[in-house]
Amino acid sequence: MSSFPSGPVSQVVGRALVVSGEDIDTDRIIPARFLKCVSFDALGDQVFADDRRERKGEHPFDQARFQGASILVVNGNFGCGSSREHAPQALMRWGIRAVVGVSFAEIFYGNCLALGIPCATASAAEVEAIQRQVHDRPDQTWSLDLEAEQLSSADQQWGIAVDEGPRQMLLSGRWDATSQLLAHGPEVQQLMEALPYINGFSNV
Amino acid sequence: MSSGTLYDKVWDLHRVAELPGGSTQLFVGLHLIHEVTSPQAFAALRDKGLSVRCPERTVATVDHIVPTTSQSRPFADPLAEEMLSTLERNCADHGITLNGIGSGRQGIVHVIAPELGLTQPGMTVACGDSHTSTHGAFGAIAFGIGTSQVRDVLASQSLAMSKLKVRRIQVNGRLSDGVSAKDLILHVIRTLGVKGGVGFAYEFAGPAVEALSMEERMTLCNMAIEGGARCGYVNPDQVTFDYLSGRAGAPSGAAWDRAVSWWRGLASDPDAVVDDEVVFDAASIAPTVTWGITPGQGLGIDECIPQLEQLEPGERPIAEEAYRYMDLQPGTAIAGVPVDVCFIGSCTNGRLSDLRAAAAVARGRHVADGIKAFVVPGSEQVAKAAEEEGLDRVFQDAGFEWREPGCSMCLAMNPDRLEGRQISASSSNRNFKGRQGSASGRTLLMSPAMVAAAAVHGQVTDVRTLSLQSAV
Repeated sequence: MSSFPSGPVSQVVGRALVVSGEDIDTDRIIPARFLKCVSFDALGDQVFADDRRERKGEHPFDQARFQGASILVVNGNFGCGSSREHAPQALMRWGIRAVVGVSFAEIFYGNCLALGIPCATASAAEVEAIQRQVHDRPDQTWSLDLEAEQLSSADQQWGIAVDEGPRQMLLSGRWDATSQLLAHGPEVQQLMEALPYINGFSNV
Repeated sequence: MSSGTLYDKVWDLHRVAELPGGSTQLFVGLHLIHEVTSPQAFAALRDKGLSVRCPERTVATVDHIVPTTSQSRPFADPLAEEMLSTLERNCADHGITLNGIGSGRQGIVHVIAPELGLTQPGMTVACGDSHTSTHGAFGAIAFGIGTSQVRDVLASQSLAMSKLKVRRIQVNGRLSDGVSAKDLILHVIRTLGVKGGVGFAYEFAGPAVEALSMEERMTLCNMAIEGGARCGYVNPDQVTFDYLSGRAGAPSGAAWDRAVSWWRGLASDPDAVVDDEVVFDAASIAPTVTWGITPGQGLGIDECIPQLEQLEPGERPIAEEAYRYMDLQPGTAIAGVPVDVCFIGSCTNGRLSDLRAAAAVARGRHVADGIKAFVVPGSEQVAKAAEEEGLDRVFQDAGFEWREPGCSMCLAMNPDRLEGRQISASSSNRNFKGRQGSASGRTLLMSPAMVAAAAVHGQVTDVRTLSLQSAV
């Protein structure tokens, strides 16, 4: 497994796997009992735990042909429900470095971005076509290019979209927001001094 | 683009800077933390050698993992004990107030911040929990965040955010007797879908919303996220101010008058522009129950589980999955579906008025044979107030268990959980597969009064058919 994202993320290259279905929530990605931890380290083994048990080895995350894949292809509203960052952490620790789908729940999307994992979108028809191609040829290598907003295999190319703000943050390596936020310490102080509810409403 | 809405005004008041890449640095007025999503954030602070920027604007409690039977320490579950002791250590190290067990202030984070008067109009409120949208009931902009963002807020008291669009959910008329805020929000989600709100803040407005109490407004905003909207809010009004008046964290004396005047000015202007508006008729809404595996799969109590062909093509695959998982056939009436476990509690419906509504059904009746029913107050304050009114006795006399406060079986991170294929009537917020602690367990979401009605009949029951005794 490659190391976790750091610095600029312009391209994710690797094999893909498909988890199909609408509205796949974060309870399914990582069931709540695995949230009883004070570090994220063990989550990679627990990703989709209940779905995998239900499918007895047939879940994409268990199939031999998808082991080592790094690009996850999903459908609509992926990652809805709980805000648990444990969900993208579990995916990342399993090996996922990019997610392609029709749409994403907002908090999940932001949590992925905070880890340097791009969530790219394409139309429902395009996503289904990509999913078919992954199924037909699980061994092929894909490249998700954030600069060109393109997902390509050896013989095909698909346009994908990444919201402009997150795309720039990933390309520039500024997706880890902490240092940018800290750089505006004086502005935060100024804003606090102006906010009525911090000052006994003396300035309204 | 919206303008003149409460959302726009609060956003502008809290905007620190525009960040490269187009997001906005937003100041966080109140940061709520709990044991599940904060330990890794504190660890990251330590790794980076950072401190907590505003410990006085950070408030902690423990809710997700606490047992609801015995809360004596150490907890029987060593992992739960480790999570709480980690939170205690982190709060002590950084000077953060922890409202711990036995403090009289502990409870579900979205119950305690309002009741302590910490949540106020015009604030931005963030918490590593998706149901942070609850606090929007006060006219705050409140949203759930992930652990990396918890780290960012701890370090900088701010966040990188993108502005949402605003959709007004205009609810005309009045809710009928026996129909609650829970039914209203389940109806909204059923109508607009679980992804309908993605990209939007929901402004709940109109006569039916203005008529709701603060606790009902919290129920409404709590589940905005189940409709895909990361935050929901209600414009502050006299109901809001009356609720806040006299609470520990609320302003007092001359500051109170200045605060009310400021708060009034934050409400959306009469000529505010919203990006979208959807109108509902409150009178047409029935007690609503979910039948499937998403909160959008709801039905009025008089309806039947839909046939595949009645659904939009896009909804059919998940409906088929729901038929299988729930083992409920299309065409089956939702009223009369048998249940095994009845759970009253959660950040959605664990407040005093919720318990009163359920007690009015339970009083003078008894839980049906073979049904496990339990009540988990949302906080120590709720528990105390309920006990002072004798609600604990009403529930116990009716065969319900009366528990200690916490999140409990909403997400089953504590010992309260479904077993095997059990089916619950639950006043919580999510009916996802496996949500209540059994990988094959099933959940029917409904109001607390409807849960109580299900408990006494052993099956989904229209609460409007029962006579109520709200004796207190």
